[in-house]
Amino acid sequence: MSTLEIKDLHVSIETEQGTKDILKGVSLTINSGEIHAIMGPNGSGKSTLAATIAGHPRYEVTSGSITLDGEDVLEMEVDERAQAGLFLAMQYPVEVPGVTMTNFLRTAKTAIDGEAPKLRTWAKEVKEAMAKLRIDADFANRNVNEGFSGGEKKRVEILQLELFKPKFAVLDETDSGLDIDALRVVSEGVNRAHDENNMGTLLITHYTRILNYIKPDYVHVFVDGKVAEQGGAELADELEANGYDRFLGAAAAA
Amino acid sequence: MTETTEKVAGVEVGERRISIPGFTEEGENLANSTNAAAEHSHGGVGETAKPLTAGSGSRGNRHTGYELAGFPEPTGREEEWRFTPLKKLAGVLSDAPTANAGTEDEPVDYQVTENVDGLVVSTLRDGQAPRGSVLQPADRAAVVAYKNTEQALYLKVTEGTELAEPVRVDITGKQAGARANSHIVLEAEPNAKAVFVLEHRGSADFNGNVEVKLGQGADLTVISLQRWNDDAVHAGQHDAEVGQDASYKHIAVSLGGSVVRLNANFRYSGEGAEAEMYGLYFADSGQHIEHRTFVDHNTPRNTSNVLYKGALQGETARTVWIGDVLIRAAAEGTDSYEKNQNLVLTDGARADSVPNLEIETGLIEGAGHASSTGRFDENHLFYLMARGIPEKIARQLVVRGFLNEIIQKIGVPSIEESLQEDLEAELEIHGN
Repeated sequence: MSTLEIKDLHVSIETEQGTKDILKGVSLTINSGEIHAIMGPNGSGKSTLAATIAGHPRYEVTSGSITLDGEDVLEMEVDERAQAGLFLAMQYPVEVPGVTMTNFLRTAKTAIDGEAPKLRTWAKEVKEAMAKLRIDADFANRNVNEGFSGGEKKRVEILQLELFKPKFAVLDETDSGLDIDALRVVSEGVNRAHDENNMGTLLITHYTRILNYIKPDYVHVFVDGKVAEQGGAELADELEANGYDRFLGAAAAA
Repeated sequence: MTETTEKVAGVEVGERRISIPGFTEEGENLANSTNAAAEHSHGGVGETAKPLTAGSGSRGNRHTGYELAGFPEPTGREEEWRFTPLKKLAGVLSDAPTANAGTEDEPVDYQVTENVDGLVVSTLRDGQAPRGSVLQPADRAAVVAYKNTEQALYLKVTEGTELAEPVRVDITGKQAGARANSHIVLEAEPNAKAVFVLEHRGSADFNGNVEVKLGQGADLTVISLQRWNDDAVHAGQHDAEVGQDASYKHIAVSLGGSVVRLNANFRYSGEGAEAEMYGLYFADSGQHIEHRTFVDHNTPRNTSNVLYKGALQGETARTVWIGDVLIRAAAEGTDSYEKNQNLVLTDGARADSVPNLEIETGLIEGAGHASSTGRFDENHLFYLMARGIPEKIARQLVVRGFLNEIIQKIGVPSIEESLQEDLEAELEIHGN
């Protein structure tokens, strides 16, 4: 049982117009095995939260804390966070020319586990995981994300999620750009990782569609850098029916 | 890294194809005023029997010849010398013979693969064909090397022969600062197929010309490895003439040396040929590595591709790439592309990259060029580190990945592996 705890998190970025505050006091606690959905309109800070947890250098934490089983995540380098068991499935996975998927997956697995995976079982594991996500076998020889379609990139993110077995995964709009078949395949992968590894999940999404496949225990609505409302899965249904208007009105009035 | 799209005559050029204002399918709207220089005959790479028409600034008008008088000592203001540290190159620009020529103390040792069926190894004096039929010195370094090499090494692959193993010429310098002149003639007779590897190691002031002749249907790869010690100086002109339906691949890999300046050029003697030039370089502090390529589309319906990639690390690391492509009026149906990419790993390093494309006919399949010089992409680093990969290993992965594209072109596993090791060592030097 692990706990990822975010307390009163304030995050800003530097822009050409000066410092811009994005997160204005976010608190969330996620335990192993829980699925939390974070929903909200564009620009509400959902992706900033994801990138901050992963340690992207562009985002500056001005106050608050993130801890993983009491360990200070904000003190960790980006690679140390992954080694500690955090995983970010990115909204825009990066193409890395000249680095093959095979080489990349093995190098990352070695870094996360602290030892090289056993050659024979690893190759088999990768092959099976790819098959389950309906990723063509020849992707193993291709360069990381290079020339992959949007849907292929997302599947490869989930492939890593399944292979690296993190304690907590943050899925940043993994559903965007996926057709209905790909959405199902990707959701199945997330559910497998959840069931097999008791993974805690922070699912960031703009739409409720993915929640038909991945059932959240908690739903948090982000508005203007804060959690405006929390609830169970039924909150997502209400958002599906009524949209974000009532939150935006409240934010504008405030 | 961001790909900067080049412009041709004010029009953006795409990755692979361009459209040229004023060029219709018939090509009748060519800007005659700019290309209307007097017709004249000249002895350039790409010289053809008929007089050529080209603008006065055209690459095709660059002086070439066998007479020293035609090439005064460069001052550094000339177009072809303005990037080069001439003081450091002085040892190969003087009209000097090879030190201790004809004795055991010659500064450079040559080891050549011999006793191979279908490979003829001999020497050529000046005036003995095919010496001088392809290569015409295009700068002072080349002409002094030509003049001061009495016997050129001549390696010929006979007609129809396919050599299974690469033919090696190991060129090893034994004395830093000692002058060595060299001229090597490589010939693939019709339908012959071979790989030549010229491997330069050790220390010397080495001035070496290479001329390469490909007969009809020949398939020839020339790999020139510059793995000099840090105190070596190397100037060289590598010229090729590619026969009808032939395939030519020239690969320059420059890792070592104080100054390396290589001019790699080719032209065609027929149609239907494919020719490629690839380059890989890695410059550390104190190194000047300069590659100049010239693709002369002098005959119709040929394909060319040039790709040079370099990495720079260290305060005074310096690289230059000048890529000239000339598509002459006769070269209808040409398909041509050239690209240079540089990866700058540390502050203070400088990479110059100049693609030049001259097109004298609109009736081409394609002509494009691109150049990009960028810093290490932090997004690559973040992605890899977010997967648990430590920064040092992530950097190595990205740099190796960047340069791998060229290594994969080599096609000789033993060389590919040893270059991987060299690059690993280069990256270690700076603690990346």
